[in-house]
Amino acid sequence: MSSNTFIYVTYIRTTSEKLWDALTKPEFNRQYWFGCHQESDWKPGSSWTLKMPDGSIADAGEVLECDPPRRMVLKWRNEFRPELKAEGFTRCTFEIEEADGMAKLTVTHQAERPSIFIDKVSTGWPKILSSLKSLLETGKGLPRTDQPK
Amino acid sequence: MSMDAVFRALADKSRRKLLDRLHKRNGQALGELCEGLAMSRQAVTKHLAILEAANLVVSKKEGRTKLHFINAVPINDIAERWIVKFEHRRLSALSALKDILERNS
Repeated sequence: MSSNTFIYVTYIRTTSEKLWDALTKPEFNRQYWFGCHQESDWKPGSSWTLKMPDGSIADAGEVLECDPPRRMVLKWRNEFRPELKAEGFTRCTFEIEEADGMAKLTVTHQAERPSIFIDKVSTGWPKILSSLKSLLETGKGLPRTDQPK
Repeated sequence: MSMDAVFRALADKSRRKLLDRLHKRNGQALGELCEGLAMSRQAVTKHLAILEAANLVVSKKEGRTKLHFINAVPINDIAERWIVKFEHRRLSALSALKDILERNS
């Protein structure tokens, strides 16, 4: 793993259930995820897509594990850039734990091989997670992430 | 997980160096991180503990080794809180200036 893996951790003053909703519900997603949202019924084996603000598919894959409000694992591949799509699937794990009255969210995004896609998302995740924290703690996402870039 | 802890952790040159090394190559074991550093293993362990407490470094066990990963989220929180806000004002001043200059040209 190592250089093909990124781990992000944020502590949010909220409950695991609210955090789970923010991660899985499209109307929440749009407020902190560059205007994007995910579509899935969140059952293991179901399809998963990440859609751009205009409705086109950015990334797609499959729900590998889903245990609300604790853990979710997604098979994840970029769909709109041929060179990134050619790299194949990555794996993204979301884990929620309770820590000192806060919800601790750990996002682990990994590829089996060196991956340009993983490098690219590695700059996006911190922005998305800072904005998610802001949304849940203050009711507002951050300006750079609540609307299309 | 306060912003104070993040600023305190970043206030030390050796700790910033460790973060730079992790940024260059993520997911290193203690031994790799110590290579070529003028710091004892004990000192590196101590600094890593402070970085972990500030949530700037996350460690993960892989078999018998503990790998260290840089976590950019707290740094991004600081950027949003302390930099973007001021940048935004400057950028809007610049775009206002551009408007005026273009209107007069």
